[in-house]
Formats: sequence, structure tokens, C-alpha cells
Amino acid sequence: MSNAILGRLDLASLSIWRAFENPTSSELIGAGAAMLVIVGGLAAVILLTWFRLWKPLWRDWLTSVDHKRIGIMYCALALIMLARGVIEGALMRTQQAFGLHGGFLAPDHFSELFSTHGTIMIFFVAMPFIAGVINYVMPLQIGARDMAFPVMNQISLGLTATGAALVMISLVLGEFSTGGWANYPPYTGADFQPGPGPDYWIWAIVLAGIGTTLSGINFVVTIYKERAPGMDFLRMPIFCWTVICTSIIMIFALPPLTVAALMLAADRYLDFHFFTNDLGGNMMNYVNLFWLFGHPEVYLLVIPCYGIFSEVISTFSGKRIYGYMSMVYATMSIAVLSFCVWLHHFFTMGQSASINVAFGIASMAIAVPTGIKVYNWMATLFRGRVRMTVPMIYATGFFYLFVVGGLTGVMLANPVISFQVHNTLFLVAHFHNVIIPGVLFGLLAGYHYWFPKAFGFRLHEGWGRAAALLWIAGFSFTFLPLYWLGLQGMPRRSVTFSDPAFQPMMWLALFGAALIVSALGCIAVQLWVSIRKRDQLAVPLGDPWNGRSLEWSIPAPPPAYNFAVLPQVSVRDDFAEAKADGRAYAAPGQYEDIEMPDNTAIGMIVCVCSTLLGLALVFWIWWLAILSFAVMILALIGRTFRVNARHVIPAAEIAAEHRAWLARIEAAPAVDRLEETHERNLGRAVLERPGRLEAAQ
Amino acid sequence: MKFRHLSRIVSLAGCLALSACSGTQDTFLLPGGPIAAAQRAELIKILGWTMIAILPVFMLVPVFLWRYRYRNRNARYTPDWDRSWLLEVLMWGVPLVIVVVLSTQLYRTTHALDPYKPIASDNPPLRVEVVGLDWKWLFIYPDLGIATVNELTIPEKTSVALDLTTDTVMQSFMIPALAGQIYAMPGMRTKLHLLADAPGRFEGENTQFNGTGFPDQKFQAIAMTQTAFDAWVAKVRAGGQPLTSDSYAVVAEASTGAEAQKRLDAETLPAGVIHFATVEDDLFKTVLHRYMHGTPVPPSAQPGAIGYDPQAATGEQDR
Repeated sequence: MSNAILGRLDLASLSIWRAFENPTSSELIGAGAAMLVIVGGLAAVILLTWFRLWKPLWRDWLTSVDHKRIGIMYCALALIMLARGVIEGALMRTQQAFGLHGGFLAPDHFSELFSTHGTIMIFFVAMPFIAGVINYVMPLQIGARDMAFPVMNQISLGLTATGAALVMISLVLGEFSTGGWANYPPYTGADFQPGPGPDYWIWAIVLAGIGTTLSGINFVVTIYKERAPGMDFLRMPIFCWTVICTSIIMIFALPPLTVAALMLAADRYLDFHFFTNDLGGNMMNYVNLFWLFGHPEVYLLVIPCYGIFSEVISTFSGKRIYGYMSMVYATMSIAVLSFCVWLHHFFTMGQSASINVAFGIASMAIAVPTGIKVYNWMATLFRGRVRMTVPMIYATGFFYLFVVGGLTGVMLANPVISFQVHNTLFLVAHFHNVIIPGVLFGLLAGYHYWFPKAFGFRLHEGWGRAAALLWIAGFSFTFLPLYWLGLQGMPRRSVTFSDPAFQPMMWLALFGAALIVSALGCIAVQLWVSIRKRDQLAVPLGDPWNGRSLEWSIPAPPPAYNFAVLPQVSVRDDFAEAKADGRAYAAPGQYEDIEMPDNTAIGMIVCVCSTLLGLALVFWIWWLAILSFAVMILALIGRTFRVNARHVIPAAEIAAEHRAWLARIEAAPAVDRLEETHERNLGRAVLERPGRLEAAQ
Repeated sequence: MKFRHLSRIVSLAGCLALSACSGTQDTFLLPGGPIAAAQRAELIKILGWTMIAILPVFMLVPVFLWRYRYRNRNARYTPDWDRSWLLEVLMWGVPLVIVVVLSTQLYRTTHALDPYKPIASDNPPLRVEVVGLDWKWLFIYPDLGIATVNELTIPEKTSVALDLTTDTVMQSFMIPALAGQIYAMPGMRTKLHLLADAPGRFEGENTQFNGTGFPDQKFQAIAMTQTAFDAWVAKVRAGGQPLTSDSYAVVAEASTGAEAQKRLDAETLPAGVIHFATVEDDLFKTVLHRYMHGTPVPPSAQPGAIGYDPQAATGEQDR
């Protein structure tokens, strides 16, 4: 079964070969997906070669330690994986729409789909997207030049990409786990799934999980140590506060998952008995560890999105965020409470009622700080001047749908209800209801909001609106019917069903899935159209939305060193206040040399070696596992001998660039908010409150 | 009191949704016993209380978006206003009060509806031992000496005390119209109590994914009058086959109820159902203790595992 060179890899591991031998619709779909991965990879290689882009790709991106470029790469990875996740979701909806006693997918294929869909959407869409936005925005908001540990930042990205790569490779070689995104043993133990499936899950999660823990450390140290002079904690934008909370969760919640996955690996590889049926193993220990990670995880995802909505709603209402201190307290209490509620994922284990009461009340308590946040955003709209741009459309959808998710969350926090709807489609509807309107809408709002900062041109407004409306409608049609089906007792993860009464709702959900696919299409078209029309959409002066925080006070895209001179912060919303007081865009007295970290290939070395390591472990290719692990460790040790990996950007160069930009600001027309989405908007905002400026003079 | 109206609407909607299907009740929105009825009442109560916090959002968001739109120069604009003590108290206070109210409610009902708590009833309780298998349920009636696959027949108005375990991966047992679910785990015993108010047929299921046959792991819970139940027991005793370690090993194989029924030549019964007139002593305990001997259970002796071999498994048990 296994040989020295190729381990347990053989011809039957190739999904394309399997489809050739047994051409059922299910196998053909699997082979089609594998072909897509191969053709996509080849096309990328050919295009890069044809346009001679290998060198710039290597020099400007893959070896870069610039937090902005790393952030963009995270977001690109997330968007690619989002496409796969959405297609898988739509495929499952299609199967279930035809699933009355049948359908076109084999049960095992369907189980692989829900396992990869969940794993991808959580670990390789939501998490990298969040890491990307944080990477890009947070250092700019606190007035830093880079992350505290730029090289570690690159390694984190490399490890995340490894996890994603392993999940993609599982389409071509072998198959993925059928145990769901939580991968509960004993079903995923060696007795019940001896194949490579659960091993793919384990190594993708372990490697990406280590990357995320490192990211958390990096984010929080950056905030603690790298804030600009005068940027007190209580002057930071709310988004940065949410980053602190999320980083705490990354640091403390990811290790239980990594450990649980490694223990499962010990069971599968070394015949341990942590979670097996026999010899004292107990699968509920896994379930405990998993949710000790899993519940904080959902707050890890949603808290930064609360931060994004805070920025978006405040900016597009032309107003300070209402209740800043309340927001800080609420965010912090959510971060702490998120560690006290994990047991509500298995109220049905058979523990005593008193335990269920404690965790039930703790879970409900989270509704209080979450409610405060929603009310604070509403109070921010109150007496503002609201522009319904694309991020605000997402915010509106969020207001309505997220509150519904909160309502069903309070229901699920009650053990009595959980006994009925746990493991049903009600639960599926609930967590999609918080993750799509909460997390994804937040991230897409943030994508639209900060894109012009990153690339120097706005995203096309019309396609953006279409995408936002389609997402809102698509979500509602897809998931609201699932609540009803769940109340009717339909279990999740059912490839087929036998009750014809479920059929109409399934069709409705399929219609919704079609809308979501078109929403994704609109986002792709929007990107294409925006790149084509980048000259009309250009906002090089850097402040297209009349922004309030420091990232808007610099050119778009910002220079590698971010700030020509580190800002001196004296107040919350410093840039908005500076504009109001007329001290924005002031020329600094003198410029100084700036030291920046050198590029390095270590992130790529880690990425390639850990991908090979993962693959070798999945297929029992021991020599390759040892080799790739050794190379990776030696490279990391070798890297520590490079002490002075920094270069200096001379003051004169910085001064020239900065003065040129200030001259353009001086000459450029300032636009008012009616022209926000117009070609005339070059990124300089007219003062909304000249009264105060005159008073100051 | 005010929720009674809402409750009626919910039941009505439930009836409409169900009108298309057979006479089997499969949701707690149409409860067949006191537990499910209490769960439905709880759901409606939560819905009512949370509306206090939610309706303001639904109503005020569009009002604010319209009133404070950029072009409306008549609306007041206060760009620096960012706090108000009154609002602060309301924003923290109202959700807090709601959560306190719901928490006391949660405390009471969670204890009252604890699945381990026997349900008071005039008739003596009926004990049933439930073994989850891939992909079927085995019900053992220890006091009656009979067993069934995929058919849980119970007398009405009688508290049914279920002991549950599995002889494979973890599963979750639920009869929505009677009571909520409880996990069934190998080597462990969980408990669930339920009671049917009147004769009826209720769908039961496993909700914890456990492989390809998962969607087929459904069964019928049938509540009947005591006389009918006695007649049913007699029928099982007369027509059923013995449940020995050999036939158990066949049932325990990874297969749907219908496939197991075929293997044991019980096809005269409804689809997926098997009746056993006698049961080997302490079968439930044997299953439970299989994993607690301190000796490994190899895949060949592990029901549901790839490589499970019924012949080898019987040998194992005999030793």
C-alpha cells in the first residue's frame, strides 16, 4: 500500500484518473474542479512568463516585507478562495434543491463539499481577508512605518498560503476529509477514515493556525509599541481597538485548535488514544478543545468587522463615532466573554442542567455589548450627513440582517431551544446569518472603503452597488428559508431528504444561491472595470471620502515608508480635526532619513517547505517530510544571522516626493461630498465646516 | 398571555407547511408531548422579549438614513456630538434588563426540561435502551425482553426513559415533536425522557453527521394506547427473530435500515424495520463496555469502521 519513494500516493489518488475509471456525474464534477486548479495554475505561469512578470512579482511582492503589500496579498488570497467557497456553496444548494430522494452528487462528494466549504470560508477566506485588512490599515491608522516584526509578518502569510494550497491540492491528489469543518473524531479517526482526507484538514489547519497565532502577536505588539507620538490608546480609531481584541483572541484561541489537531494527528499516525473509542479515549475532549477555539474564533472574525463598520459609518455620516468609550468597553467585554461560552456548541452532550444554565446565560450576556454597538452606530447616523455609498449599502444590510442573526443567537443560547435546533439547518442559517452580513459585508465594505488608498483609484460605484444589493438579496433568499427548514427538523449535512414539504424552501434557497454567485460576478467585473477606468477613478491625493483618521492624510497609494514625517497626534480623529482647524497638509520643517527593513525570501522558503511538508505527511512520504522540515528550520536559523537587514531612504528623496505631493494638493480642486463618486474627486475634500475654520482664524 | 396569539399563528403556519406530507409529525412547532410544547413556548417567549431590543433598530435605521441624508439641508447636523448620558443608560440598561429577564426564564426552563429528569405521569415509566449504529437505531426494551430496529413504539401518556449509547461514531438522537436531542457516544451513556400525549406517529432521526447513510438514519416513533401497545409487544414476541451476537453483528455493520432488513429477511415489516422477539442478556451493557476493557478494539471488531468483519466481531465477543 505504501512505498518508500511515493508513500501511499498512487494513480488512484488522482481525482482525474478516478473520473476516467468511473465517470459518474459526481466524479466528473470532482475532476472538473481538479482540471480548473491545474489549468488555472498553468495559465498563471504562462501569463507571468509571457508578460515577463516573474521578476517584479518576486522583487515587489513575494519577498516584500512591506505590511501594505503583505496585506494586499492576504486579500488576494482570500478573494481567490472566496470564489471556490461560493461555488461549492452553490453546488450544495443545487444538490439539495434536487435532493428529494436523489440529486446528482454522491454522498461522499457532498460531505467533502461541506467540509472544504466550511474550512475554506473560515480559515482561508474570512481569516486571511481580516489579516489582510488589518495588515494594510492598522499601521497607517496608528501612524507606524511597518509592523513590529515585518519578517514574521511575511512568514505568517507564507503559512496561511500553505494551508490554502493544501486544500487546493486535495482537489487534484487524494480527497479531503468528509468530517465537516470541525472534523469531529472518532468519525475522522483512523478506524473510520483511514484515507488522506482528515490528514489534509489537520495539516492545513495546523500550519495556517501557527501563522495566525504569529499574526496576532505581531498585530498587538505593533499597536503597543509602534504608535505615533501622541497616539494614546484612547485616541486610536475604533478599528485599532478591535484589532487589539482580535489579536488577543488569535493568541489565546488558536493554540487549542492547533493542539487538538495535533492530538488527532497523534491518534491517526502514532496510534495514540486521545479521542478514539477504546483505551480511554474520549471524543468529547476534542469537541471541548475545538470549541474552546471555535467560539472565540467567530468573535475573532466579527470584531474587526465591527471596527470596519465603525469607521465606515462615522466617515460616511460626516460625524464622530458616537459613544467611543462605550464602543471600547463593549468590544473588550465581547473579547473576554467570547472565552466563556464555548459549551453552548454542545448543550446536548448530556451534562447537568446547571452547567448548561451557566453557559447559556454567559452566551446571552454577549447580546448586551453587541446591542450597544448597534445602537451606537445608529446614534452615529443621527444628526449626521449620510452618503449612501457602497460601504453604507453594506452597512444598511448589516443593520437589518445582523440583528436577525443576533435574535436567533439569543434563541440558540437557550439550552431548551438548542436541544431542538442544534445540528439542524436552523443552526446553519444562524451562523451564515452572522458571518455573511456581519463578517463578509464588513470586509467587503472595508475593501471598497480602503481600496482607493491602496491602489490610488476608486472602485467603480455602479458595479459595487449591484454587488452589494445582490449580496443582501442573495443572502436573504438563501438562508432565511433554512431557518424554517431547521425548525421543521431537517438536519444539516443531509445530501438528500425525504419530506416533499421541504422542496419549496430548497428552491428558494437555490434562487438565493444564484443571486450570490451573480454578486460575486459583479465584484469580479467591478475590479476589471475599475482597472480599465483607473484614470477616471484616480484619487492620488489620498482622501477620497473626507476621511477622519491618519491613513487618509497621506498619498494614495502611500509610499513604502508611509509617513514622510511621523505625525504628531493631539486628538481623536486627528486628520478630521486637522482639516477643520486648517492644519492639515502642512509642510514639515525638516525631513530625516528613514530606515526600512530589507526584502527577504524567508517567507517563500517557509511557504514552499511547509507545503511540501504537509503534502509529505498526508501521503506518508517520510523522506520528503524530514527533508522539507530540515530545510525550513535551517533557513529560519540561518536568517537570524542577518542582523542589519535594513536600508536607508535618504531625507532628500523623501522631501522631494512629499513636497511634490503637497504641491499637487495645493493646486488640486477640493470637491464636496456631492461629487464624492465623480471623476472630479481626486482625493482632496472640501471643508464641510468652514465656520469653525473661520472662527479659528 | 400576549404570546398566545403569536403561538397560534406559528402552529397554523406549521400546519400549512406540513399539509403536503404524511401523517407523521416532525417538528416541535406541532408538539406531540409536554417537552416539545414547552420548547415551543420558550421559543415564542424569546421572540417576544427580544423584539423590544430589535424593533427600534428596524424602525429607526430607515428613518435616520432618510432624514439625515446628505442632501437634506433642513436636518440638524451635529458633527461633534458623540455622547449623551440618557442614551447611554438606555442603551446599556434596556438590553441588560431583557437579558436578566431571559436569564431567569432560562434558569427555570433549563432545569424543568432537563432531559435527565423523569417526567411525572400516572402510568409506570417504560425503559428503553437505544444503541446508535451506522445508519440505524436499535431499541432494546429491557423489561419486555424485545428489541426493534428503527421503530420506537411507546404507550401514550407514559414517561419513557431512554438510555443511549452508540456502537460506532458519535450520533445525536432526536424526535423533534416529542423532545429535543441528546448525543449518543461510544462507551458512554446519556439519558433522555419523553412522553407522548396521545397516539400518533412522530419522525425520529440522527442529526450528527456519520457518513454516507446519514440522511437515511430516520425512524418512526409510534405512540399508541396501552392496549394497542400490549398487542404490539405480543406481535413482536410472536413474529420477531432472536437478537443474538450473530444477528447483532449483522445489524451493527455500516448499512441503512433497509439493507439490514434485507440481510435478516425481515422484509414483511415496514421499510427499514426489524423486530426481535428475544434479546441476549445485557446487550446494552456489552456494547457500552466494549470500549472500557482496557484492551484495544481493532477495526475488525469496531462496528462502522472500514474493515469491520462481523464474523471476527462475533468471535471477539464470544471470547
